[in-house]
Amino acid sequence: MKQDLLNIDPKLSPTAVVLRVALIGGILVGAAALFAYARGWFTPRALTQDRVIDTFQKVNGVYSGFRRNHAKGVCFRGWFESNGNGVELSKAAVFPAGRIPVIGRFSLAGGQPYVADAPTAVRAMALQLQLPNGEEWRMAMIDLPVFPVQTMQQFAVQLEASIPDPATGKPDPAKMKAFVEANPDATRALGLIQSRAISSGFADDTYRSVNTFLFRDRQGRTIPVRWAMIPEQSFQPPPKDDPGKADANYLFDALIAAVRQGPQRWRLVVTIGEPGDPTNDASIPWPDDRRSVDVGTLVIDRIESEAESPARDMNFDPTILPEGIAVSDDPLLSARSAAYSVSFTRREGEPKKPSAITTAEVEK
Amino acid sequence: MAVMILAMLFIGVAMMASLADYHRLVAIHRPLGIAILILAVIRLINRRLTKLPPFPPTMSPPERVLASLSEKLLYALMIALPLVGWGMLSAGDYPVQMFGALHLPPILPAHPTLFAFLRGTHSVLAYLLFATILAHVGAVLFHTLVVRDRILNRMALWPVRKTSSTQTQPSSSHETE
Ligand code: HEM
Ligand code: HEM
Repeated sequence: MKQDLLNIDPKLSPTAVVLRVALIGGILVGAAALFAYARGWFTPRALTQDRVIDTFQKVNGVYSGFRRNHAKGVCFRGWFESNGNGVELSKAAVFPAGRIPVIGRFSLAGGQPYVADAPTAVRAMALQLQLPNGEEWRMAMIDLPVFPVQTMQQFAVQLEASIPDPATGKPDPAKMKAFVEANPDATRALGLIQSRAISSGFADDTYRSVNTFLFRDRQGRTIPVRWAMIPEQSFQPPPKDDPGKADANYLFDALIAAVRQGPQRWRLVVTIGEPGDPTNDASIPWPDDRRSVDVGTLVIDRIESEAESPARDMNFDPTILPEGIAVSDDPLLSARSAAYSVSFTRREGEPKKPSAITTAEVEK
Repeated sequence: MAVMILAMLFIGVAMMASLADYHRLVAIHRPLGIAILILAVIRLINRRLTKLPPFPPTMSPPERVLASLSEKLLYALMIALPLVGWGMLSAGDYPVQMFGALHLPPILPAHPTLFAFLRGTHSVLAYLLFATILAHVGAVLFHTLVVRDRILNRMALWPVRKTSSTQTQPSSSHETE
């Protein structure tokens, strides 16, 4: 029956037919295996974006619809007032003097959307700048001077060390100790992080790119840069005892109150790296004396709850950059982009639960 | 074009398992996918304008039905897959970046569940496309090695056309790769 249907060449012996069919089968199976291999299905232990996000979920649990990191947050609107100084550094359409609409999100690092605010919690600012030519510049900045580690591999080990032990419900301190001992660079970075000046809240905090990017100007010259959002609000030290115990949202509530008083402002200051400054290691600071250029002012005049803002359903992938700004050889950037995409894809497919900072809280 | 599509499929799956090269691979994936969309539409129009050659006598009727059906499927996927890619980035509120400052406008409104649905669809369609291509390659190899109707000689490099049509067609020459 096969013969009639498929018209096998009668000159071929049955053995030859079997061998040839087996060869074809082998080619097809080989191609499929190559495909599955490229997808990582044969190397379940290799670190991939899915696995990084799985680890976050092991640390924090799964909160339907929330970001797997920086889960607790509130959104905002405002604008960026470019002063024109950036034009000499980069040809990006963001830098000629003018006003650019912005949406964004303040958040606390960590994957728990209802965690109580605390003075030492790592705070973050994410932005989407809507450039006049339709391009976008997305940023996700934190208030640390450096990142604890250079690579996602190290980060994953550190994160795994903070998975709660099923027996105790707490991370195993021995694992964290082992991580620190195996990564002396992280110890130095953690030292810088622990000795940072902690401000009272979101409004008087400095947010940094941490990673290095490249600026390209009209002549095709490329320079490595890091940037910071430096508050115009004066620095206040945090209160002595942790107000998070009385008001679990005290940091967000203070921010909401501050913006209600009037627009809050930050200067975007770009620092230019010199030859020899590390571009591929966010755990190492650049020397203090590097040239810095103030390129404009971010003004935030409206706070919105996550439920109200398009920023909730936005991936603040730091590799979404306009022409004239590019990723450097910093390995964290590509890895972050990959991991944020998995977090975004998972949370967008889940039912949304109310955020800690509700619309009522914002309008209170 | 076959090479482009295979490259896209491999870039697509490889970037999903690569932290180090993810950014670089997605940056190639988007414009290459849109290029395939444009070429597929041109091909389809071209096909509509030229008459198809008859199937070779060595193909049985069920084989012919299968061949023409899967050919239709291939065309549908070559067009649907990049459209879904474009649509899902629109629904995910992403800019659809091509080269430099060049980007495409959104074709759908930003919406979380729409994004999630299209993102899943993009994977399913991509795997289906890969399976369809494998089936075609298998059929061509079968005709070449076992039926030995020299289907390959008269075929353009693109396997689909080879299984379904045996004649050397002028229109197929520009379609190789
Ligand atoms: C290895 C390193 C890192 C990993 C695995 C990681 C992971 C994540 C994930 C999964 C999200 C949630 C994304 C989403 O669902 O939209 C996120 C958000 C965020 N990350 Fe990271 N991150 C890393 C490093 C950094 C660094 C170096 C910075 C800062 C410079 C940073 C700043 C932020 C900010 C500000 C957000 C919140 C963005 C928003 O409000 O949507 N992250 N991160
Ligand atoms: C012939 C065209 C295309 C093919 C064969 C293709 C193939 C693929 C494959 C195999 C994947 C990985 C699926 C998975 O394993 O989950 C993928 C993911 C993806 N594709 Fe495509 N694609 C095409 C066109 C496009 C276009 C035109 C765009 C956008 C303009 C696009 C954007 C994406 C994005 C953003 C992802 C997922 C990235 C992530 O989740 O992190 N694709 N594609």
